[in-house]
Amino acid sequence: MNVKINLTINGKSYSDEVDSRTMLALYLRDELGLTGTHIGCDTSSCGTCTILVDGKAVKSCTMLAAQADGSNVTTIEGIAQNGNLHPIQEGFKEKHGLQCGFCTPGMVMLAADLLDRNPNPNEQEIRHALEGNYCRCTGYHNIVESIQYAAEKMNG
Amino acid sequence: MTYIGKSVKRVEDKRFLTGKGRYTDDIVLPGMTYACIIRSPYAHAKITGIDTSAAEGMEGVVAIFTGKDIAAAGVNGVPCGWQVNFKNGDTMKEPPHPLLVADVVKHVGDNVAMVIAESREIAKDAAEMVEIDYEELDAVANAAKAVKDGAPQVHPDAPGNLCFDWELGNPKEEVDAAMDAAHHITKLDFTNQRLIPNAIEPRSAIGHYESAGDKYTLYTTSQNPHLTRLLISAFVLGIPEHRVRVVAPDVGGGFGSKIFHYTEEALVVWASKQINRPIKWTAERSESFMTDAHGRDHVTTAEMGFDAEGNIVGLRVNTLANLGAYLSTFAPCVPTWLHGTLLQGLYTTPKINVDVTGVFTHTTPVDAYRGAGRPEATYLLERLLDTAALEMNMDPAELRLKNFIPPFDGVEQEGYATQVALQYDSGNYHRVLERALEMVGYDDFRKEQAEARANGKYLGIGFSTYIEACGIAPSAVVGALGARAGLYEVGQVRVQPTGKVSVYTGAHSHGQGHETTFAQVVADKFGIALDDVEIVHGDSESVAFGMGTYGSRSLAVGGSAIIKSIEKVLEKGAKIAAHKLEAAEGDLEFAEGKWTVKGTDKSIGFGDVALTAYVPHDYPEGLEPGMDFSSFYDPANFTYPFGAHIAIVEVDKDTGSVKLKRFIAVDDVGNVINPMIVDGQIHGGVAQGIGQALFEGAIYDENAQLINGSYMDYTMPRADDLPAFEIDRTVTPCPHNPLGVKGAGEAGAIGSTPAVVNAVMDALSPFGVKNLEMPLTPERVWRAMQ
Repeated sequence: MNVKINLTINGKSYSDEVDSRTMLALYLRDELGLTGTHIGCDTSSCGTCTILVDGKAVKSCTMLAAQADGSNVTTIEGIAQNGNLHPIQEGFKEKHGLQCGFCTPGMVMLAADLLDRNPNPNEQEIRHALEGNYCRCTGYHNIVESIQYAAEKMNG
Repeated sequence: MTYIGKSVKRVEDKRFLTGKGRYTDDIVLPGMTYACIIRSPYAHAKITGIDTSAAEGMEGVVAIFTGKDIAAAGVNGVPCGWQVNFKNGDTMKEPPHPLLVADVVKHVGDNVAMVIAESREIAKDAAEMVEIDYEELDAVANAAKAVKDGAPQVHPDAPGNLCFDWELGNPKEEVDAAMDAAHHITKLDFTNQRLIPNAIEPRSAIGHYESAGDKYTLYTTSQNPHLTRLLISAFVLGIPEHRVRVVAPDVGGGFGSKIFHYTEEALVVWASKQINRPIKWTAERSESFMTDAHGRDHVTTAEMGFDAEGNIVGLRVNTLANLGAYLSTFAPCVPTWLHGTLLQGLYTTPKINVDVTGVFTHTTPVDAYRGAGRPEATYLLERLLDTAALEMNMDPAELRLKNFIPPFDGVEQEGYATQVALQYDSGNYHRVLERALEMVGYDDFRKEQAEARANGKYLGIGFSTYIEACGIAPSAVVGALGARAGLYEVGQVRVQPTGKVSVYTGAHSHGQGHETTFAQVVADKFGIALDDVEIVHGDSESVAFGMGTYGSRSLAVGGSAIIKSIEKVLEKGAKIAAHKLEAAEGDLEFAEGKWTVKGTDKSIGFGDVALTAYVPHDYPEGLEPGMDFSSFYDPANFTYPFGAHIAIVEVDKDTGSVKLKRFIAVDDVGNVINPMIVDGQIHGGVAQGIGQALFEGAIYDENAQLINGSYMDYTMPRADDLPAFEIDRTVTPCPHNPLGVKGAGEAGAIGSTPAVVNAVMDALSPFGVKNLEMPLTPERVWRAMQ
């Protein structure tokens, strides 16, 4: 069964008909070609599919596209403004918070949600916030530092 | 040097940070179809019938292939790339590994059929409609059980489930005599448990046959695209190699699991020709758990003998290595040549014997996983050392310092010849441990530990000092040891007419940052800007050849090949410069991007020389135009990074949970091109090693069902399980490669596991607990304390 959805993604309006069982992550990747959102597990465990839905971090592999009807979605492709890296993206580059890059979009989007809720998190708060996102490359050490860098920069 | 030795920020980051990475599953080709592989739910079963008719009738289903189709087409199975013979000289048992099984499935996840459809969803729906009848047979998952009389047999032509048996080191009787004369023997029986690599990007493959040019393209999540091409063309599908292009685009982590040639890669290539359309297959995570080659899985008895002063006098090791149901590409090499040869460790042990038996079981194939054999060797040595220290009432750090091989640089002092076939290149083992002890504040810790115990808190400290053999490897040596491939690397340096440089390397980056590190080297050697260098990798159509990235080999072997080509460029450049400057070549020097006539201000820049090479109007007589060189580099020896890791843990008496409080790593990986990237490699390796110690381990039940094959069940370290790492390094250059580098990819995973386990054992010493199996889960630790 197809359902009609209207939503905003990275500031652009979309009006589409999707199979009711289509997951949001697959809608973004297969239908819209927004392949920055990755899929690592299909069970909400790895967090690489994390995006922002109405400003909150959501694992898009287990949210139906239909559920995003009427929402405002931001993906990794939409977080940089005017061609400049977002401070979180910059933090990951400066602090070597990524290696293979596969978990990175999810980490960046999760960090955006964290810093929105808690602009000045300490190390333990960052580590706790990252609990739902796996990284197999970095041992998280530099991801923590990347988010600290971003927090400092965003706090000006 | 402008770039070498500096923490240059990575050039690849921008695309990854903006969602513009291009991983295999991101690629969509016109007319693409999607494959779903139907996999065996049983570990061992006879296929008695397959009915595809209902599925075939579904709208959107393009084709369904079964094992019978593969057999009828005469398609071979995937081959093994390393041969280890039985002690009596008999060839190892090498049963076929078919792309789709026609008769008897041999592990949970074994390929039974492939459904191809217009979409992922239709392929999956149709797969549900394929009816397969199985007759379930007895299965065995554990290597120790598989070698017992009457155990279920995996392959009819491998009696007793034996693949090979193998021995290395001093003759057994000599080692037995040394052990008989020992003042003290420490003995441990343990399992180095099976790990599942779990790169976060699931494996994916796209096969694309184009009839117009009779050309096959495979996009695949590979660390090793050229080897995959060679195996597909020459061994599996019999397609002329020049008609096959293999592209490994951005790859989301490998850790060994993407070195190997997998059945699905050959399947999509073969089937693409049958249906004349591109086919994409991407694993779901449960398929990754069942079909990515696993790691470790050794059942070991190890004994170390000491004299009265604590000097090691002998080491005796017996290992059963679980190889799984089929031989993965490099499986036989891992528990033998990558394990037995590392049992000298950092110590002067005079007599060593290691005996390894390779065993088939009804489980997923086992192959190289981060460290590959070396973590298993290090684990047994370092557990023996800390246990012996406890038993002999000696300090574990002192015991190591007493037994270390004295420092040698491989130049003034010769390399160190081990009892187990290697010649270490250079090392200063005391220095790394002393630095680590300084960082941890050892004396203070022991006081804190004593006070904590008095207050009912159980702190522990654990040591691990390791060596690894990297930079794989001298081709003639590995050939003599059973490798069916050379292990050189290829580096092509093409200076463009404008002086910009394209470098084509056979190494493959899947997180290691080659596009930055290699560019740093090239930019400095030519005295040009980093931005003027591009590093191309992962495409057999642009890179002439290569042996891929694994075994911490990329810079030591691949970087050395690039250096050879750089030298050729500079040699030719000097001829052109001499001509243009009307000077003798011997009077020129090259620095900061230009050739200068010594003692004058006459010079010509790198870019002008490049342009002259392509516009050779005023040019040295007889010299070929152009500036493009390719080199093969075959290393003279392995490289031998080493280090000292120290863990501090606190064990909760009430719950058994282990809190890793501090982790100190001092590693020596030779010269360092980009410290930031090397530190990142160490962090990641350490985290994976900690994962083995505390969290990870594949569990098979008595029917050889993998019962923790999902992220809900298989535990990997998350951010709040780990502390911030405290790391430092010493530098002992490699004496036999031009950059003096040794490799950093595996170090962390090799050193960290025993450090953590030793720390937990130290914490548990008041309870009389000496040995526990990994992973050290709260339940296991709590039970041991009761």
